[in-house]
Amino acid sequence: MALSARAQNNIQPRPTLGRRLDIASRHAMPVFGTLIIMLLTQAPFRLASQAALLPAVTVIAVWFWSLARPASMPPPAVFMLGVLLDLMGYLPLGVGVLILLAVQGAALRLARPLAPRGFLLGWFVFVWIATGAAMLTWVLVSLLTFRLIAAGPAMFQTVLTVALFPVLSIPLGAAHRTIAAPEQA
Amino acid sequence: MIRLSIQARQALARLTLPVLIVASFGLMLLGKADVLLADRARVMVSDVLSPIYVLLAEPLGAARGMVTGVGDLWSLHAENARLRDENERLRRWQSIALALDSENERLKASLRWIPDPDASFVTARVVADAGGVYARAALLALGPNHGIRKGGIALDERGLAGRVTEVGTRTARVLLITDLNSRIPVTMEDSRARAILVGTNGPRPRLLYWPEGVMPREGERIVTSAEANAFPANLPVGMVRYNAGGVPEVEPEALLGRLEILRVFDYGLGSLPVPPETRERPTPGQH
Repeated sequence: MALSARAQNNIQPRPTLGRRLDIASRHAMPVFGTLIIMLLTQAPFRLASQAALLPAVTVIAVWFWSLARPASMPPPAVFMLGVLLDLMGYLPLGVGVLILLAVQGAALRLARPLAPRGFLLGWFVFVWIATGAAMLTWVLVSLLTFRLIAAGPAMFQTVLTVALFPVLSIPLGAAHRTIAAPEQA
Repeated sequence: MIRLSIQARQALARLTLPVLIVASFGLMLLGKADVLLADRARVMVSDVLSPIYVLLAEPLGAARGMVTGVGDLWSLHAENARLRDENERLRRWQSIALALDSENERLKASLRWIPDPDASFVTARVVADAGGVYARAALLALGPNHGIRKGGIALDERGLAGRVTEVGTRTARVLLITDLNSRIPVTMEDSRARAILVGTNGPRPRLLYWPEGVMPREGERIVTSAEANAFPANLPVGMVRYNAGGVPEVEPEALLGRLEILRVFDYGLGSLPVPPETRERPTPGQH
């Protein structure tokens, strides 16, 4: 009995080329989606302190996908996103890379205890992640430029990242259930 | 492909993150060792991205115009009255300026004054912020053969905005006078005393190193000084404002918060001091 049930579970459509492409694109969606929202934050909206958007959305996206679909957000891709964050965000080279990898490391550690909990607790944990990321950025930029930089921008960065998290969670959650789900291919 | 046991593959997967974290420290060292590398990569990235931003600028500008247009309709009446007042005041100033200008011309003529050479300039659109969270800079979109050089002086319609620090094929980066790395020789207009304008990343740069016996006066106009041959003299920079702590700061004349169009002047000034951010390190044994 048990054997036949397992055999039934394993029945899958034939892996045609179209289907394999579908699966591959669903796997690639988190990284490319992150890339696209990173580029969008740089568009000329002319908002006050628009520069703070880029690190905020990048940290949120890496955190979200590392929790939700770690297989589709592999560390080397996070490394490349970090390099892009450094270049586009005018951070000293390596700072964005380290921040994003640290965020991912934290997400991979916390994925199991956080998975069954609700959104509010997830957000509460993210407050600490965002604070840590902004503070670490501030410390590293200060160290690498050999001067004490005002901490105001780092605090603003924290608040913005925490506030944007629920806003971005809606489209990211929808993508997680639909276009980024390889099992639906 | 090499076939590994499941244990070996799991161990490798667990190692990726720590190895990459070590690599990020390596990247930091590399960035410190070769400052130009990061700058060149940034110019490349912005050269690739600027056409997209130029495309987006038009519809986004239109949308913003519509939003502000609705707001403007509300305050039309008050705005009209204010403008009429201001116009009257400006007309009085215009007549004074014209009289002074002609007097100045007459005096210069009698002194055999050598006129300053006219500067060539290029007008460019600001397409993106180029400073990130910890710097203040603007990215200009340019056509091919734009002729802008490093050290070009950028002004908006009101006053000095900054200086060109990096030039790509389609973009140029302008370091604003509010940036932490910005140092500008200035003159206080009333006392003619020299000082240095030092950026703090805040909205108002600080005034430092003025001579003894002179105090910057609240509301005094600040203009560039030709000292160090980095700027032509007398470009408008801003006005002195004392902050709550009694430190003289300068309210920039240029609207640095919402730059849209900048004019980049080439005054053909000689030895431009390179901003510290992009200074090349001397390599030992190559002098």
